[in-house]
Parts: sequence; C-alpha cells; structure tokens
Amino acid sequence: MTENNTSGTKRRPDRAAFVIAAVLAIIAGVIAWNTANMGGAGSYSRLGPTAFPYAIAAALFVLAVWTVFAALRHDFPEREPQQFGPVIWIVGGLAAQMLLLKFVGFSIATGLLFAATARGFGRGPLWMTIPIGIVLSFVVWFIFSKGLQLSLPAGPLERFILG
Amino acid sequence: MDTFGLLAQGFLVALEPMNLLYALIGVTLGTAVGVLPGIGPALTVALLLPVTYKLDPAGSLIMFAGIYYGGMYGGSTTSILLNTPGESASIVTALEGNKMARKGRGGPALATAAIGSFVAGLIATFGLALIAPFIVKFALSFGPAEYFALMVLAFMTVSAAFGESSLRGLTALFLGLALGLIGIDLQTGQARLAFGIPDLLDGIEVTTLAVALFAIGETLTVAASRSSGDERIEPVKGSVWMSREDWSRSWKPWLRGTAIGFPIGAMPAGGAEIGTFLSYSVEKQLARKPEEFGHGAIEGVAGPEAANNASAAGTLVPLLTLGLPTTATAAIMLAGFQQFGLQPGPLLFANNSSLVWGLIASLLVANFMLLVLNLPLIGLWVRLLSIPRHWLYAGILVFATLGTIGANPSVFELGMLLAFGILGYLLRQFGYPIAPVVVGLILGPLAEQQLRRALAISQGDLTVLVHSPISIVLLTLAAAAVIVPLVMRARGRGKVLSQLAADED
Repeated sequence: MTENNTSGTKRRPDRAAFVIAAVLAIIAGVIAWNTANMGGAGSYSRLGPTAFPYAIAAALFVLAVWTVFAALRHDFPEREPQQFGPVIWIVGGLAAQMLLLKFVGFSIATGLLFAATARGFGRGPLWMTIPIGIVLSFVVWFIFSKGLQLSLPAGPLERFILG
Repeated sequence: MDTFGLLAQGFLVALEPMNLLYALIGVTLGTAVGVLPGIGPALTVALLLPVTYKLDPAGSLIMFAGIYYGGMYGGSTTSILLNTPGESASIVTALEGNKMARKGRGGPALATAAIGSFVAGLIATFGLALIAPFIVKFALSFGPAEYFALMVLAFMTVSAAFGESSLRGLTALFLGLALGLIGIDLQTGQARLAFGIPDLLDGIEVTTLAVALFAIGETLTVAASRSSGDERIEPVKGSVWMSREDWSRSWKPWLRGTAIGFPIGAMPAGGAEIGTFLSYSVEKQLARKPEEFGHGAIEGVAGPEAANNASAAGTLVPLLTLGLPTTATAAIMLAGFQQFGLQPGPLLFANNSSLVWGLIASLLVANFMLLVLNLPLIGLWVRLLSIPRHWLYAGILVFATLGTIGANPSVFELGMLLAFGILGYLLRQFGYPIAPVVVGLILGPLAEQQLRRALAISQGDLTVLVHSPISIVLLTLAAAAVIVPLVMRARGRGKVLSQLAADED
C-alpha cells in the first residue's frame, strides 16, 4: 500500500476514525469479558457457546487496529458538513413516540413523530403539522389494526372515536 | 415429478383468486414504495414486511414476491425521471435514462426499462425454476462443513470483495455478527450478551435492524446533509410507446442483460450492481452508435435494467435452494420466511414443495401484473415522485415504526430501533456499507450452528472443515474474495471495485 496520500497535503490525523477504532476495541472487550463471565456448566463439546464470541471479539480487535492504520493514512472518505438541528428533531420525535406510545396511543404518539420529522426537514408550523400527523396516523392505525389485525396500542383518541 | 409438473402445480396455487389478490396488492404496494426517491428494494421489503404478518404463509410469501419485483420496477422509474437513484443497482439506468428523459424521451426510456424488466424477469424466473431442482439435489449432499464454507464465502463476497474498502466492509460484517450473538444460544440454552435484559434473550429482530439502518439511517443522513433540494423531476413528454427503432435497438440488450445478470445474481457473490455495470459496458462496446452513450442511448437503459431484474431473480436461487441470502433484500426475505418457521433450503423444496413452487409461479404472475401496472399507469407513479421531501420522510418514519410497533409494542424495541437508526446514520457518515450488517446478523447464527454441528460430528477435529473438495473450493474462493481486492487496491486499481460497490438502500 502507498504510504503517502496521493493528494500530498498533510492533514491532521482523522480523529473520528480513532474514536471508531476505540469503539470497536471496546465492543471486542465487552464481548470477550461477557463471554468469559458467562458461567454455566462447562461445555461438553469441543466447540461450545464461547468459541464463536471469542472469535468475533478477536476479529473486531484486529479490525480496530486496522482502523487505526487506516486513520493514520487518511483512508476514510471526506465527510460533508452536517446540520445537527434536523437530526435532533428527528431523534426527538422518535424518542417522544417511544415514551408516549403506551399512554397516548398510536395515533397521537406517531402524529408527534410525523410532525417532528417534517420539522426536521424544515416544514412547520407544528400547530399545523401535529394535527395532520395525528389524522394520518389514525388512518394508518385504523387500516392496520382493524383491517390487518396488527396489534397497535390504542389510546384515548382511538377509544373515543370508536366509542 | 418433473420441473414443469411442479411448476404447473405452483400455478394452481398462484392462480387461486385470493392469492392473485395478494399478488396484486404486493406488486402495487411494491411499486408505490419503490418509486419513492431514496427507497430501494431492501427498504421496500423491510417496510412492507409487517403488512404480511397476519396472512397465511402461502399468501404472505406471494404478496412478498410481488413486493420484491414491484420494488425493482419502481426503482427504475425513480432513477430515470429523477437523477438520484435510491439504490446503486439503478445508477447505470440513471446514467442514460435520465439523459433520455431530459431530451424528452422519458416515455421510451420507461417503456424499455419496464419491458426489459419483464423479459428479464420472465426468463430469469424460468431459469430459477429450471436450475433450482438441480441445486437442491446437489445441496442435499452438503454436510454442515460445506454449508459453513458456503456461508463464509457469502460473508466475504458481501463485505470485502466489492465496495470502497475491505476494512469498512469487514467491520460492518463483524458488527452484524456481533449483534447476531445476542440472545440464547440455541444449542446449550445459555444466554449470551443479554446483560440480564429479558428483551434481549430472543436476540435482535432482523426487521428492526434493517428498518432502522435503512429507513431511519437514511432519513437522518438526508436531513443532516446541507446539499439538498437540487433535484429535478423530468416530466414525461410524448408517448410512452417505443418506436420501431427503439424496439430493434432494445431487444438484444434485454437478452444480453438477462444472460449477464442472472448467473451473477445466482452465484453467492453479492448484489445486482455488478451485472448492471457489466451489461452497460458490454452494450457500449457493441452499440451501433457508441457516440450516443452518455447522451441518452436506449441500449444503456435496456441492457442494465434487464440485468438488474435478472439478477434480482437470480439471488432467489441461493436464497430458496440453500437458504443463503447474498443481499440485504434477500436477508430480509429470509426473515420473512422465518416468521412462519420456514427455513429456506433443500428441505423446503422437499417438505413444502407446493409453497415453493407456488411462490415461483407467483413471481411469473407478478411479472405480468407489473407490466400492465407500469406501462399504462406510469403517470400515476410519476406523481408519487413529486411528494415533497418533508412529507415523504415523515411518512417513511411512520411506517418504519409501525412495523416494529406491530411486532412488539415495547419501549425497549423502539429504543433499539432508535439506537440502530443512529448507528445507521453514523455508518453512512463514515462510508461503511449497510448490507453486510444485516447479512451478518441473520447469517451469523446459522453459520455458527453449522460450524458446531460439523465439529460435533468430527468430535472436535478441525480438519473436517477442509475434508471435501467442495468446502476447499468454497473456502479458497472466500479467501480470494478478501485478498484479491486488497491487492487490487494496493496497486491503485481500487476505482473499479468501488464502482461495483454493493450498497443497496
């Protein structure tokens, strides 16, 4: 492999890539540690339930080391600048749906997710998109839970409309 | 019974009114979702999997077949009219197809893509029906060691052979394998990596992972990138019908594309992309007017589109006969089988032959439906392209979470969906491929099972893995799939490989 980057410009080391390498090494460590402490009766066959986890942990560790070398050589592709506002809106919408689902039912929780995602893509205002989302989610809920018998949690809204 | 007898029996299943209805719903949904920009076949199949939860196995798989083929058709419409292919298998179609659309020849481009897909789908599905029984017969002689070798080969071709970087492909694969460890070990009943959380004992759902990585990861990626909003939909002007010249320039590329695409899809060697690139370069060399290439040559749409669909049918060969998914789409389809406790492979052909042959027959039925659905009704699908992004992605997330909620409405499952969604975003951000993670999750436990079975039979003797010539050949190919690309990249030939990148989302 060529040692120098063909672009020739010296960039500072790719810090994110080092973080990835560290994360891979940590995952490898967790798998190995968890496997070592698995306990249970000793395996009767030569290749018990621990062999595969150890092999994968070892492979991840090798990949972590390889990633360090790749980072030193700037082997990772250029990254576009990222806007984090939209990401936070969407992740927030998913989190809200996750936490509220049990209490407010599918339609309201998913309506909030819908509105938050639209907001992440720059579409507001929320007082308009939330009702749109709730109506749409209710239609989806109706089709899937009544038509296809999927068990989607019902909340006050679903119970109110269906009596 | 011979193949045609079995296929005829399959048609009896596929042509039952209820099953025809399921197929029709499947192709309609598949096309509708596949047309949406940014959604490729893998995500189409993952998003629509929950629709089939409550059906009987035959109906569900038939609907599924329709979704799969419909997603392929829909994807080509997107790439011709909107120069942003959601899946790399359609990049080539976009190359010439979008140029044709800009010159006002969008109609013939869509027509040659649809008819080419039909011809290829028809021939390749018959090909599947013809060679499947032979592979099944061959595979019945496979022991666990051969299966293990086959899976190792699939791992390596999916992750390391193509794409920008062997390192990132292998890392993605091993992340998937690590996720596959979670849960109760099937042979000893011991919990692995569950950290005392009951929800983890059953392992990680393939659909949760796939939907999160593809749908949520993609949504976050699009939302976070600044360079957005410069897409233009090319209006379809004039007739969708092809002229005499279009026909005479199209039919050979269709057949050649099929001949190239099907074998490549059928080999345990990764996605549809390779076939489309090969077909494109073949057509460019054989074309009567090579100067038109790059400016909207119809051959450049007809060939690759046929290759794309032929290899989509081809990937069903290893999936159905060996239970071996070689693409993310196939991995999700395998999950679809598993929800009914069905394990694709030679035994499925023996024990459940009416189901398998019904599925193959309904692929042919779906193909006819799609031709009808796509040519006259193309205007309807094109309208789906103009859905504004914010509503589109908001809707995608509603459906992405719907599947998980329908399967298991727990906070923990939705939390995993969110966590994997963020993982999908980060993977994309740093140029890691997604498909190997999904394939690793579903194939990892199967590979471990075969390996342990092989070693249990040999009483721990590792040489059993290289006892048969078949395993030696397969393992050698697997090693080559890792080493050859590394050497090629070291010699500065990496560009060829990254063009063949297997990244379907």
